[in-house]
Amino acid sequence: MSTPERVITYGEAVREAIAEEMRRDETVFFMGEDVAAAGGVFKVTVGLLDEFGEDRVRDTPISEAGIMGAGVGAALTGMRPIVEIMFGDFITIAMDQIVNQAAKMCYMTGGQAKVPLTIRTTIGAGRSSAAQHSQSLQAWLSHIPGVKVAIPSTPADLKGLLKTSIRDDNPTVIYEDKMMYALKGPVPDDDDYTIPFGVADIKREGSDVTLVATSSMVHTALKAADMLDKEGIGAEVVDPRTLSPLDMDTIIRSVEKTSRAVVVDEAYQSYGVTGELASRIADEAFDYLDAPVKRVGAMDVPVPFSPGLEPETIPDEAKLVRTVQSLFHDVPV
Amino acid sequence: MSESLELITTSSDEGTLPLPEPLCREIYDKMLTIRRFEEAVLDIYTQGLMRGLAHLYIGQEASAVGICSALNDDDYLTSTHRGHGHLIAKGGKVDRMMAEMMGKVDGYNRGKGGTMHIADMSLGILGANGIVGGGMGMATGAALSGRMRGSGQVAVCFFGDGAINQGAFLESANLASIWSLPVLFVCENNHYGEYTAASDVTAVREHVAERAAGFNMPALVVDGNDAVAVHQTAVEMVKRARTGEGPCLIENKTYRYRGHHVGDGDPEKTYRTQKETDTWLAKDPIPRFARRMLKAGMVDEAELDSIDAVITKRVEDAVTFANESPYPAADEVTDHVYA
Ligand SMILES: Cc1ncc(C[n+]2csc(CCOP(=O)(O)OP(=O)(O)O)c2C)c(N)n1
Ligand SMILES: [Mg+2]
Repeated sequence: MSTPERVITYGEAVREAIAEEMRRDETVFFMGEDVAAAGGVFKVTVGLLDEFGEDRVRDTPISEAGIMGAGVGAALTGMRPIVEIMFGDFITIAMDQIVNQAAKMCYMTGGQAKVPLTIRTTIGAGRSSAAQHSQSLQAWLSHIPGVKVAIPSTPADLKGLLKTSIRDDNPTVIYEDKMMYALKGPVPDDDDYTIPFGVADIKREGSDVTLVATSSMVHTALKAADMLDKEGIGAEVVDPRTLSPLDMDTIIRSVEKTSRAVVVDEAYQSYGVTGELASRIADEAFDYLDAPVKRVGAMDVPVPFSPGLEPETIPDEAKLVRTVQSLFHDVPV
Repeated sequence: MSESLELITTSSDEGTLPLPEPLCREIYDKMLTIRRFEEAVLDIYTQGLMRGLAHLYIGQEASAVGICSALNDDDYLTSTHRGHGHLIAKGGKVDRMMAEMMGKVDGYNRGKGGTMHIADMSLGILGANGIVGGGMGMATGAALSGRMRGSGQVAVCFFGDGAINQGAFLESANLASIWSLPVLFVCENNHYGEYTAASDVTAVREHVAERAAGFNMPALVVDGNDAVAVHQTAVEMVKRARTGEGPCLIENKTYRYRGHHVGDGDPEKTYRTQKETDTWLAKDPIPRFARRMLKAGMVDEAELDSIDAVITKRVEDAVTFANESPYPAADEVTDHVYA
């Protein structure tokens, strides 16, 4: 029996997930800067204030540390807050509350305390927003034990993972790519549709190379896969969907089949998600590999404003194709 | 209450113009330059010649110019996402600013920063800022540095009504106060953050400047659309800061006539009323100042027109300059990551 589907946008997936969970559980509430009356700067939370009222959909001052702290405190004491940080770059201001407080409460209290806090924030360059509004800082919180991290690439994944995170008893972070809010895709028409954390999704099957891709890079990888197809290289695109917990099994099984792997993520390449994934593949799939594991990430430079420079820094399908080709022939990358 | 905890409310007598004529001409020139520059930014943005987010300063000109006209060239300034006006007021060149807006190599930051990050270290402009409250610590540190070097420099920290709710304000204001640093914290209260009214998210009785009391620094509530009142307040506070008497909090009450940024819809259809905007339009700082210059006999209508023509041409030339400037070469992308 298949569930009926509807086509909605990535932004609508956010709104539906929040609304459904707020209807389902009255301890869920939502707060952030300009999220209520204005419906958020990306307009994805329009309508929530009308349905749920000011008590549960709150416009906050511009006080990231304060609202994150309030989220942690409310979560500790019986509520299920969803806190929006408008741009992922601003999460730096709230870091203590997430990293030193929320992430450690359960452990440090020997399991007495739980922090069912959902943090929504954005990543991604591509709109000339310059160095303080374009970063992809997903590695930062993925580094922290005690925080769960989702990085959805489609409306269906976003909706399912956001709903799961609201129901989860731990601090969770959803990284939404701000360039994808208008992206459309089918979503199961079911109020109880959720996706568990720690389950990767194969977005495209192929037998010659595994492309492990996150968020918007899934779409870049799918385009690269089409290009590679024409050269007779079958690329399998694996989307981990959550970085913490991470579903290594699916990735390893794919590499077992293809013998080659390239990891692509939009963040600065050094010390990030690509490094972690590549090292784990090299370690756990060593016996299956016919070539070194390659990584494609953003250049290690602050994201430049100029339309003449910004595109240079972000991974694209051409770069990905060249990287894959280098695993098959001696092609300069 | 000790004297320093009082709120000093300032506006000037509209019937007078108690400033020297060359200064008045400079103030008028700078305010009108900001206005024409911002109109040009609106135009190029709408034409698709500029990317990113353009936060226009239109309506707030008296704040930047009133304050900066009380500064020396080597004094410091930190600015905000709505920073074009601050930069022009401190002496920024419109052609290099415009080139930066378009991401061109002749821009102040060689195209790397764009509208929200323009800096000119030679003018003491430590940068506009994409982070609300991002300049507060820096201004405090620049003032500390001036003090330690014995240079006599002061630092002006511009920020919005929204930024006063950042934790950074508490920490910076406290530091500046305990060390008596020469910082002018200038809150440009345009009554809104992005789309949220300051009054809905700011716990004060009436004025943001009340917060100064908690830091034992003077609080000045100023008609921010009155360039004379802003200038006179700044002169006094700069003098005080230079002689080691410490920081202050100036609240310039003002209004942005446009939306939060270009292309984000019509504010009067959503979060504010036409009536409110009209009240503020009637207090437009530029015609207000022009009327006073006319009344004082410093200029006549014909001269005002010719001043406008000169400025308009300067801004048009800046747009041409920016259009003709190339994008930086691709290999510049890795330059300047480190000094
Ligand atoms: C730390 C941080 N949080 C949020 C934002 C998003 N943001 C940009 S401008 C702005 C409103 C700022 O309001 P205000 O300080 O009053 O300045 P105004 O825009 O009115 O000049 C917000 C919330 C940001 N840039 N930085
Ligand atoms: Mg404001």
